[in-house]
Amino acid sequence: MKSLVCISHVPDTTTKIKYDAAGKGLDKTGVTFVINPYDEFGLVRAIEIKEKTGSGDVTVLCVGGPEVEPTLRKALAIGADNAARVDMDPTDSRSVAEQIAAYAKGKGFDLIFAGKESIDSNGSAVPGMVAELLDLPFISLATSLEFEGDKAKVSREIDGGYEKLESSLPLVLSCQKGMAEWRIPNMRGIMMARTKPLEVVAGHPMDAYVLTKKLELPSAKAGCIYVEPENAAQLVDMLHDKGLI
Amino acid sequence: MSVLLFAEHSQGTVKKPVLQAATLANDLAAKMGTDVVAVAIGPGAENAASTLGEYGVSKVYTVSGIDAFNDQGYSAAVAQAAKTAGAKVVVLAQTYNGKAIAPRLSIKLDAALLSGVISLPDPANGFQVQKLANTGKGVETIESTRDSVVITVRSNAYKERRDPKPVENISLNFDRVPFRTQVLGEEHASSGISITEAEIVVSGGRGLKGPENWTVLLELADALKAGTACSKPVADMDWRPHHEHVGQTGIQIGPNLYIAMGISGAIQHLAGVNSSKNIVVINKDPEAPFFKIADYGIVGDLFEVVPKMTQRVKELKG
Ligand SMILES: Cc1cc2nc3c(=O)[nH]c(=O)nc-3n(C[C@H](O)[C@H](O)[C@H](O)COP(=O)(O)OP(=O)(O)OC[C@H]3O[C@@H](n4cnc5c(N)ncnc54)[C@H](O)[C@@H]3O)c2cc1C
Ligand SMILES: Nc1ncnc2c1ncn2[C@@H]1O[C@H](COP(=O)(O)O)[C@@H](O)[C@H]1O
Repeated sequence: MKSLVCISHVPDTTTKIKYDAAGKGLDKTGVTFVINPYDEFGLVRAIEIKEKTGSGDVTVLCVGGPEVEPTLRKALAIGADNAARVDMDPTDSRSVAEQIAAYAKGKGFDLIFAGKESIDSNGSAVPGMVAELLDLPFISLATSLEFEGDKAKVSREIDGGYEKLESSLPLVLSCQKGMAEWRIPNMRGIMMARTKPLEVVAGHPMDAYVLTKKLELPSAKAGCIYVEPENAAQLVDMLHDKGLI
Repeated sequence: MSVLLFAEHSQGTVKKPVLQAATLANDLAAKMGTDVVAVAIGPGAENAASTLGEYGVSKVYTVSGIDAFNDQGYSAAVAQAAKTAGAKVVVLAQTYNGKAIAPRLSIKLDAALLSGVISLPDPANGFQVQKLANTGKGVETIESTRDSVVITVRSNAYKERRDPKPVENISLNFDRVPFRTQVLGEEHASSGISITEAEIVVSGGRGLKGPENWTVLLELADALKAGTACSKPVADMDWRPHHEHVGQTGIQIGPNLYIAMGISGAIQHLAGVNSSKNIVVINKDPEAPFFKIADYGIVGDLFEVVPKMTQRVKELKG
């Protein structure tokens, strides 16, 4: 299998979010960036498939500036073979999807993996758009991937359960927990990653479909009302009086 | 120029997030001086239509010939309905299936995708609207640069409201293409209340010590008719099923009331629940970070506190 894994470069999950004074973007001082956790599920699955079949390769792709390269190197250290960066500021989902589709076109990928959403913009938008732009089938919220003959067998989360699907290849998948276990890169992987190819491709700039006007923190809570443990029943009354239960 | 609603339903039953999306569509249409039409696909579409008439929809395009959800088929059918209705605005609930088709649809209609909105868009101002960013740690105001928009509405962000209208059904001739994905079967992990839709969610963490202790939580949830959730380690250790795992890497929820017991409130957990309208925290450690975002807190042993709460709920509900 020839796989492409779309990697979004996002603030580490422990980041305490601050926005810049203009409310236009994230205040990046002291923020560590990582591979979007959902993308890592697809990445590891792609590597497992290659290891199991002993053929094919795994390319990781990120649309972004030079600052995303350490994140791509980490994906190489985990086991991807090649990396590519589309040199462009990722403005909105549509423009990112257009870059990914343009990169993938004609390269013969059997599988295009993405995450169910990026933990910074939470769009759940890019993978479905890529599928549509390339006219490929798309399975979202995938929790497993196996093969039978020339078909992919995928399970997908649905409301209150799972659905089993079958699809032809090539296929676009948005992945989440269940797809694979995260892997910590070992020393050998880290050393090898330094010499693996990281190609920089020019982007095709386009006008954004969606503009960010403002980023702000949610309004602060009034504070916590404490109730003594022996008065737990009173708390229920308070919730009842507020019409919450 | 109508606003088009994707009337997601299951055998004719329309779930709450879709009614909330219908209400947003209705309010948006009022601002634009137009009406709401809907598209309902698959068996039971007529029943779905009558429910939607109660929530302000005046016309429903029904589509037959697609029996199971398919992102290709559904997005093509919704796009065709949008063209038939001349709709430049399409509203969907941000459900599993809504999320799956909205991006495809936005490309078909060459529309801007405004996903996971939590307020009423302003049609006079590029459909300017708010959504959550950084997994609920922030709020983002976004705007479309296009005339056409596809909007997905976050569950529980917008309250559903009845507004009965006479509803007309029109069957839409859909030119079906062969699908490349096929559903082989479904497996329902729980018959319980879906936590993305529930008004009240009761959630437990490692503080419950083991799966055998969950009765204490389940009894409270049962008395409150609440959905049940858990922290990540709890799902990782298989104490509870994965679909209950909330947080940054789990499900994001925004119920009216979230009751957390034996959960420390790590930042990754909070990312999944911080849009809850009211938060109750029960933890024996007064320093637990969860108290910082709580509305109500009890510092104490959950095994003593929770049964008292359950008891009181039962008395009130009598
Ligand atoms: C990349 C990444 C992603 C993550 N994503 C998620 C996620 O999506 N969701 C998530 O939940 N976590 C996530 N985590 C894990 C997170 O950091 C925490 O480790 C986790 O949330 C802790 O779970 P907990 O609160 O159940 O357990 P603990 O932190 O062990 O807390 C248990 C709490 O129970 C209290 N307690 C113990 N006994 C009692 C008692 N008898 N009565 C009352 N209180 C009691 C303790 O005081 C303590 O506060 C993620 C971590 C990483 C690194
Ligand atoms: N800038 C990017 N470069 C590469 N892939 C991306 C980028 N942004 C998003 N993706 C992929 O699309 C998925 C969903 O992102 P989003 O639509 O932003 O929620 C992510 O999990 C990534 O797999």
